[in-house]
Amino acid sequence: MAKLGLVVDLDTCVGCHGCATACKQWNTSGTIGPLSDKDPYGRDPSGTWLNRVRTYEVGDTPNSKTVHMPMSCMHCEDAACVTVCPTGASYKRKEDGIVLVDQDKCMGCNLCSWACPYGARELDPQAGTMKKCTLCVDRIYDEKLPQAERQPACVLTCPTSSRVFGDFDDPNSDVSRLTRERGGQQLMPELGYNPVNTYLPPRNKKVVESYQIKPSLGATLKQWVNKVITR
Amino acid sequence: MHPAFSVLIFTVTSGAGYGLFALMVLAQLAGLNALQDSTLLLSGAVLALLMITIGLLSSTLHLANPKNAWRSFARFRTSWLSREAVFAVLFYPVALLYLFGIYAQGSELSSLYSACGVVAALLAMVTLFCTSMIYASLKTIRQWCTALTPLNYLSMGLMSGALCLATLQALLQDGLSPVLRSAGLGLIALGAVVKLIYLFWIGKPAGATIKTATGFTQASVRLLDAGHSAGTFLTNEFGYTVAANKLLRLRFAMVALAFVVPFLLLMQGHAAATVLAALLALAGLLVERWLFFAEARHVVRLYHGDQRT
Ligand code: SF4
Ligand code: SF4
Ligand code: SF4
Repeated sequence: MAKLGLVVDLDTCVGCHGCATACKQWNTSGTIGPLSDKDPYGRDPSGTWLNRVRTYEVGDTPNSKTVHMPMSCMHCEDAACVTVCPTGASYKRKEDGIVLVDQDKCMGCNLCSWACPYGARELDPQAGTMKKCTLCVDRIYDEKLPQAERQPACVLTCPTSSRVFGDFDDPNSDVSRLTRERGGQQLMPELGYNPVNTYLPPRNKKVVESYQIKPSLGATLKQWVNKVITR
Repeated sequence: MHPAFSVLIFTVTSGAGYGLFALMVLAQLAGLNALQDSTLLLSGAVLALLMITIGLLSSTLHLANPKNAWRSFARFRTSWLSREAVFAVLFYPVALLYLFGIYAQGSELSSLYSACGVVAALLAMVTLFCTSMIYASLKTIRQWCTALTPLNYLSMGLMSGALCLATLQALLQDGLSPVLRSAGLGLIALGAVVKLIYLFWIGKPAGATIKTATGFTQASVRLLDAGHSAGTFLTNEFGYTVAANKLLRLRFAMVALAFVVPFLLLMQGHAAATVLAALLALAGLLVERWLFFAEARHVVRLYHGDQRT
């Protein structure tokens, strides 16, 4: 029994979309691939992605921070996407908690994507089936890969190591330790899905004042004269 | 939520069909005079089955991979969509037996066929309830996740069913029976009340916000970049947005078409007015169902920049 998932560090993520691209690259030829694209080289390209990065501004200037937030499936403990699926195509594995879609059973009804709060599921219009993050189940157990590479593609590729993969059931794993020490949180916990992935909030840093523009000597003189005259 | 036309057709026509079937069986077994007429019963049951079948066929149109539709019976224990499919299929043999009963015995049904009628009527209501629970069980859409949703679907189904029944009765026997007329008026009034309560209820701000969605509950949060250069599955499915003034106009159109005008027409009681009332109400319910989708705002919109749902 394990509870596999990801930790995403919002302090260090630079929003390069590397994880999203590596994910697309790996999974389009993986177990649930291909991840089809419509009009990929045309004017209005759109496609199926299992991981997307969005950027927010948090707080107000000068105390604001740009936060990049990559989002893929959270492999929720109370995954309503599985509960609502009529065909049994969506399931959550007992042994490691990974939520998967059996491509041979899915009828493309979209209901699971409606049930997911995190936008983790996308219908592949060409295949007619639902696609989602597999937690790279076809990498992490692959004994042909060197031990260090038995990690999700997005984790391996991240240039700032902002994504960490591991077992949340093991209190000594990196993911458990990071979540504990850095106050990792779930997104939208009030919906009760109990997502496994956690997000590490940006560290508190002191505000760096932007430099003050000093008025020129003439302008200072003018101001001073104005003050004197109105008096 | 993006309103899929096939789903609108499905919920409105099959809702009316199930409502018609259930009301007809009930009225006949209750001994309502106007309904002790095998021609009326036969045409009512056939019309109901036809509407239900058209609805169910239309519902398969929105599946991206319909060849696996048969698998939808698999998760009866957890999925309302699966339950809907199972009950919809169970309804057929029982309803057809009842139909055969009327064909063979007229309105003086033996207890076996009467029992079939009752069971089919129950299955009709249960199926309609399951349909509504598909929406009501989604915690991601606060406008749907309420007991008002099943109430809405059941009352609209019964209302449109009553109007269909009144139409058939008024056409087949000359003149609308006063009992069916008052039943129709009552159900229209009920439907209108349920809908108005619903509209009032969804107007109140509630639920998740962009702050809880991103985890920054102490500060203001704004979307800077959605991260994509073209539409995605998520923006197509959940990003559907209609201007507030258009929504308001459609709300008025819905209330007029679905409730007010049919009510006034039914008060007239002429056969032609009854037919018109039923047709207008069905059109009004299409608008109602369209609004049910267009006004529903999924929480994933928060990640795309909405401050609240
Ligand atoms: S993030 Fe969405 S798709 Fe993934 S387990 Fe949770 S509800 Fe299901
Ligand atoms: S789209 Fe596929 S996986 Fe999702 S609920 Fe429907 S059948 Fe299940
Ligand atoms: S774990 Fe694998 S499938 Fe999931 S987001 Fe990362 S690369 Fe994509």
